[in-house]
Amino acid sequence: MATAAPPVQKTTIPFWRDTRILAILFQVLFVVLVVGVLWFFYTTMMAGLRQANLLPSFAFLSQPASFSIGESVIAYDPSNTYGYALLIGVLNTIRVAIAGVILATIIGIILGISRLSENWLLRNVATVYVEIVRNVPLLLQLFMWLALTQTFPRQQDSISIFGLIYLHNRGVTMAWPETGSDFGAWVPWLWLGLLAGIAFYVVRRIQFARRDRPGVAMPQAFLLAGAIVTIGYLFVGLTNGEWPLSLSIPELQRFNFVGGIGLTPGFAALLAGLVIYTSVFIGEIVRSGIQAVNKGQREAARALGLTPGQTLRLVIFPQALRIMIPPMTSQYLNLTKNSSLAVAVGYPDLFSIAGTTLNQTGQTVPVIMMVMAAYLTVSLVTSLFMNWYNKRIQLVER
Amino acid sequence: MKRQLLIVLVGALAMILAACGGQTPQAPASPAPADTSAPAAPADTAAPTATEAPPATTAPPAGGETQQPTAGGRIQTILTRGELICGVNQVLPGFGNVDSAGEFSGFDVDFCRAVAAALFDDPTAVQFRPLTAQERFTAVQTGEVDVLIRNTTWTLTRDGSVGLDFGPVTFYDGQGMMVRIDSGIETLEDMEGATICVQSGTTTELNLADNFRAIGVNFTPQVFEDADQTAAAYDAGQCDGFTTDKSGLVSYQTKLAVPADHKILDVTMSKEPLAPSVLQGDAQWADAINWIVLATIQAEEFGITSENIGDFLSSDNPDIRRFLGVEGELGQGIGLPNDFAARIISNVGNYEEIYNQNLGPETPFNLPRGQNALYTDGGLLYSPPFR
Repeated sequence: MATAAPPVQKTTIPFWRDTRILAILFQVLFVVLVVGVLWFFYTTMMAGLRQANLLPSFAFLSQPASFSIGESVIAYDPSNTYGYALLIGVLNTIRVAIAGVILATIIGIILGISRLSENWLLRNVATVYVEIVRNVPLLLQLFMWLALTQTFPRQQDSISIFGLIYLHNRGVTMAWPETGSDFGAWVPWLWLGLLAGIAFYVVRRIQFARRDRPGVAMPQAFLLAGAIVTIGYLFVGLTNGEWPLSLSIPELQRFNFVGGIGLTPGFAALLAGLVIYTSVFIGEIVRSGIQAVNKGQREAARALGLTPGQTLRLVIFPQALRIMIPPMTSQYLNLTKNSSLAVAVGYPDLFSIAGTTLNQTGQTVPVIMMVMAAYLTVSLVTSLFMNWYNKRIQLVER
Repeated sequence: MKRQLLIVLVGALAMILAACGGQTPQAPASPAPADTSAPAAPADTAAPTATEAPPATTAPPAGGETQQPTAGGRIQTILTRGELICGVNQVLPGFGNVDSAGEFSGFDVDFCRAVAAALFDDPTAVQFRPLTAQERFTAVQTGEVDVLIRNTTWTLTRDGSVGLDFGPVTFYDGQGMMVRIDSGIETLEDMEGATICVQSGTTTELNLADNFRAIGVNFTPQVFEDADQTAAAYDAGQCDGFTTDKSGLVSYQTKLAVPADHKILDVTMSKEPLAPSVLQGDAQWADAINWIVLATIQAEEFGITSENIGDFLSSDNPDIRRFLGVEGELGQGIGLPNDFAARIISNVGNYEEIYNQNLGPETPFNLPRGQNALYTDGGLLYSPPFR
């Protein structure tokens, strides 16, 4: 009798009261809205650009750039293309980012450990340092570093350190190894050393694995590789009478130092600024990582008779590392992205060169898109690597 | 997937552009102002509107979303807004400089005032937007400034693919090189291996590379975005040479720690005709800027100054009567009031007055007129007839 009623009632629920349908509907609506807004921006932009006869095009990339760049990792000439100039910019950004990440990590770890030191002076100096540096905007710090480079003496009156390093207001010039004409003869030795080192390492690891005992193979491998390379160096040098690598000592010519390697004030200021600024944040991450390790671990290590140094190095730090890696990744990304402030101190990074490019060509939209894509790529690669490393050092549950 | 990402990126970019361009509040389309020369409400919805206009009355919603400003779009926008937005330099004494009281002064700045005078009969109805060399074109492209008068060199690329339209040359300049006297540099050939300070985003940067490439001399550029920083780096001795337009060098030399230690080499590395520019695609506005600049030159040729303009207003010479708008309808054709030339001269002055006030013998720069004299005096300034 009343058996037919319930199913009828069920089917009469209108769709606007059916949560399952509504959930899908809202999502569709949201997507339509987002796409619509973006489409509106896109069409507005294109209309505006068309009106100004500025339609985006990538044709400029193959045109000669005809501006010069102060420093580059690989050879560059104003007759090279805009595309190549932008590549120089990418390389310059990567150069300062890699140097910055390495230095910031080293200083950051020292800083983090100092903050937890039992030495009153060290601990408080580190605290004051952290509080000052992290509360001053980076751009301001960069200007300060640049101004500092200008207070150094002129090149003629450089501060000389044993005649190998010269400090002056155009940066730092220092002696640097230089490849001689016999460098080619030495190259096979380098490969031999590398292969021997790797082979030794692999064999030792297999031996350890068979015996199921822990062991250290890396230092010996390095020693072996180093020995082979040194023997090769001596061999080539003694048989040919000329060393494959020699030290190039900088000499002051009419305007600039010739020989050695130089760091420009822009690079020095940018690197110093980025390293000092980021190291403070890394220091805090290190400190929190160490403090997050259960204090029982420290007590147990001390009870086993490990020195404080050993406790830190062998027990605490490896565990703290697992906690530190994810926030560390974002600091590395920050450093890379902050390097775009280079334009303020006259270092030709990607952003600076892109600025010149868009200024000379008027192709604002394509250039900015390329810059965004470049930073995104660098960031994603960094992040992928750090995630891989993070996974590798995770605790393996047995 | 890639396509979607692209659209998202472009969208984000558009937002950025919109944010940059839209510093003026986007009030609802305002009613036609009291100014009788404004026939209709602006059709351009993107136009910033006057904040002082009461939004109460028959605010006509701009129905057709026409992005294309019809002829006179920009002029209409400016009239509705009630002031001109002019992109200028703020760190180049003599051309565009801001003093400690926040007052702008200089040769380029006075041309901004001339434009404001022509439009509003009020040289103060102008808002100065200080721009670096790097920012300036984007500011024009996005419509942030109505006109760019910022010692900008007229080049084909900028006229074409950068999307600008240039007015007549206001100042004929050339690129020079400043060095320390004790460096012993006499010519560019002496500069092998030297470091040279230059500002980014300028024609100077390109000319420098071209010139040294041509003579086969190697150099290291030290590029800064900010002009003051460039000069400061040179002053500190981080560079052996400092290059920019010669007028700029004269101006910066006064700012150096010991100006007498430096000299400007005789060589001129390029032609640098400095001209005002507007966004491509608005012919009427470009015409207006054209003839506003030419009016200052024509006024000098006629000998009309801000002091004696009263005498000329009653002149019998039909050329002068037309020029000053006493008779005829010259201004109308380019979207300006008929007496625009008279407004410019009485409020700001003719070319000579503008020049002398900012760069002439009574200023620290004391730049000779040279190429910037009237054609009748052997210079290059020549105005087509006003008829």
